[in-house]
Amino acid sequence: MKKNRTKQGYLLNTIVIVALFALFQVLTAAMGGSGSFKLVLAPCLWQCCYLIILAASLNLVLGFLGQLSLGHCGFMAIGAYTAALLSLACERAGVFEDKEGPVFLAVLIGCILAAGLLAALVGLLVGIPALRLKGDYLAIITLGFGMIIVNIINNLPFCGQDGLSLGSASSSLYKNGLGFGSKGKVSYLWVALLVTLLCLVMMFMFIRSKYGRAIRAIRDDEIAASASGINTSFYKIMTFSYSAFFAGVAGALYACANATLSTSSFAFSNGGILNSTFIVVMVVLGGMGSLTGSIVAAVIMFLVNYQIKNGAWVTALPAAVQGVFQYPMLVYAIVLIVVIMFRPKGIFGSYEFSLINLGRDLKAARLRKAAERAERKEAKAHA
Amino acid sequence: MSTFIQTLAVGLRLGSIYALVALGYTMVYGIIRLINFAHGDFIMVGGYTMIFTIPVATALGLPAWAAVLAAIVVCALVGMGTELIAYRPVRKKGTNMTALITAIAMSLFLENLAQAIPAIGPNPKVASQIFAAGGLRIAGVTLEYTTLLTIAISAVVMVVLYEFTQKTRLGRAMRCVSEDKEAATLMGINVNHTILSTFAIGSGLAAVAALMYMAQYPKIYTTMGSLLGLKAFVAAVLGGIGIIPGAVLGGVVIGLVESFTTSYISSSMADAFVFLILIVVLILKPAGIMGKNVGEKV
Repeated sequence: MKKNRTKQGYLLNTIVIVALFALFQVLTAAMGGSGSFKLVLAPCLWQCCYLIILAASLNLVLGFLGQLSLGHCGFMAIGAYTAALLSLACERAGVFEDKEGPVFLAVLIGCILAAGLLAALVGLLVGIPALRLKGDYLAIITLGFGMIIVNIINNLPFCGQDGLSLGSASSSLYKNGLGFGSKGKVSYLWVALLVTLLCLVMMFMFIRSKYGRAIRAIRDDEIAASASGINTSFYKIMTFSYSAFFAGVAGALYACANATLSTSSFAFSNGGILNSTFIVVMVVLGGMGSLTGSIVAAVIMFLVNYQIKNGAWVTALPAAVQGVFQYPMLVYAIVLIVVIMFRPKGIFGSYEFSLINLGRDLKAARLRKAAERAERKEAKAHA
Repeated sequence: MSTFIQTLAVGLRLGSIYALVALGYTMVYGIIRLINFAHGDFIMVGGYTMIFTIPVATALGLPAWAAVLAAIVVCALVGMGTELIAYRPVRKKGTNMTALITAIAMSLFLENLAQAIPAIGPNPKVASQIFAAGGLRIAGVTLEYTTLLTIAISAVVMVVLYEFTQKTRLGRAMRCVSEDKEAATLMGINVNHTILSTFAIGSGLAAVAALMYMAQYPKIYTTMGSLLGLKAFVAAVLGGIGIIPGAVLGGVVIGLVESFTTSYISSSMADAFVFLILIVVLILKPAGIMGKNVGEKV
């Protein structure tokens, strides 16, 4: 019966996803040419895609393995540079001319895969020494590795600080590599969505497999886990490397969505939305140990960031409030502090949203609330 | 040889700045187990306070460095405010991770609040000369007064702080709270007050560090504290976090590594070397240079 239900769940999810995707394709076909879709919605979706992958992949390490890593953007940088350099090399070798046709698609997929694999490899190399440490020490050592990665990329002769140099301008990624313009972003949007979906499916499968159970056991009690025959270092390093793989993929998508690459966008404290601390913030906001929470949090963070900067409703606010909104990061920080104060476990806690269990979960939540209310009433009556 | 001595002096100067900041980190971490990401921004607060108070000090006929007194007061107030408004409520409710996120948010908040204040703004400001120009010539090397004063003042501050934590009532209360909060409460120590005063002292040290920093690099900007704070935290971890002499040692090591890498290898790789040293030390001795390895209890 239980197995049957899991199968039903998968079936339901597949149907919903296919339906959404078809609907999306129809909408794209209908509005693809129009200005606001091309200039606003499509780039936003690209951004959301890589933020979602980043947040969800860090959640594997932070939420399910219970280890704080502050160097996630380093792996993303590796992915971004790998994909970008590979695509430039392909163009130079004459593999593809313009960004169309099956050959380019193959190159694109190849770049994304290579980005993920290289990031995973570096994740393995970083993880072996780093995961001997725990807690805040691990945090600081991963942060160190993130800084070193960015620093090394900066000092590589063919990467450079000001985008990819090699004599050409920094726009070369856009002109010759896999950086998409607004038109390309629309026509290749399905690639981004599909990659995101695949990544998420892989992560969900991972946490539901015996590996996922093992790493949750390590999170809850490492000593008990190792006493039960779980090889803790193996599982830790594997999860770290697996999570780095997805960070690399997200980096490749980032390279696609941007005309230029510069290491300052991956540095630890660049003040932008994209740095290792923000990914941690996304994971905690969404709820540690809830992949769906990470997805929701990534989208919310993106929307807050975007709306504060570009939202039309901002002009409708009184002048004093608008003055504050000139500093988006200030509002961001306040929102963050308020959310953390009132919901310290994040939006989802460790709850996973699932379509097939939605009815049951809602009912359970209602019952729990009613029970809480009754308890409070009783306590009041006693007093 | 003269390059070597010069580099050594620069390294010690940088190291003493890092050590001062690292002390603040280490004290706060020791007492509430929180990486106070906002600590770097307290340096920024101190820096800007001095930008505004140095003209006042000179107008009153005092030396420019007297402005640091105002900066210490402001920084201590900001530090205590951060603890009262943000950290204490979260500490009561949330976990370690939520406290960490609050610290990150506070850091962002301070940096961007400074930018939003019209008198500060996003553009860098330049401070006037703080210590007298010129220097001592020893064995063919000119050591600037700034360098010597920085090293000397830091050394004095550290010794005083060490004696403070060892001898005074409040200092002993701090060590006690960091060891065991419940036991401290039972001994009649007001834990919340002790934490608050730790924040005040740590932030005050950040103001002194800001003075040293400005004496050498007079340009002040709102995000100046983030990388400085990060390296200082690395210094604290390197020496063994929660241990005051460890923070000093870590700061000096980081400063020396940075200055020697800059002058003998490559200036752009300096940060990478700093973190490389950290990684090597942590792998060989996970509790830091002076930290004690505590086995895990089952």
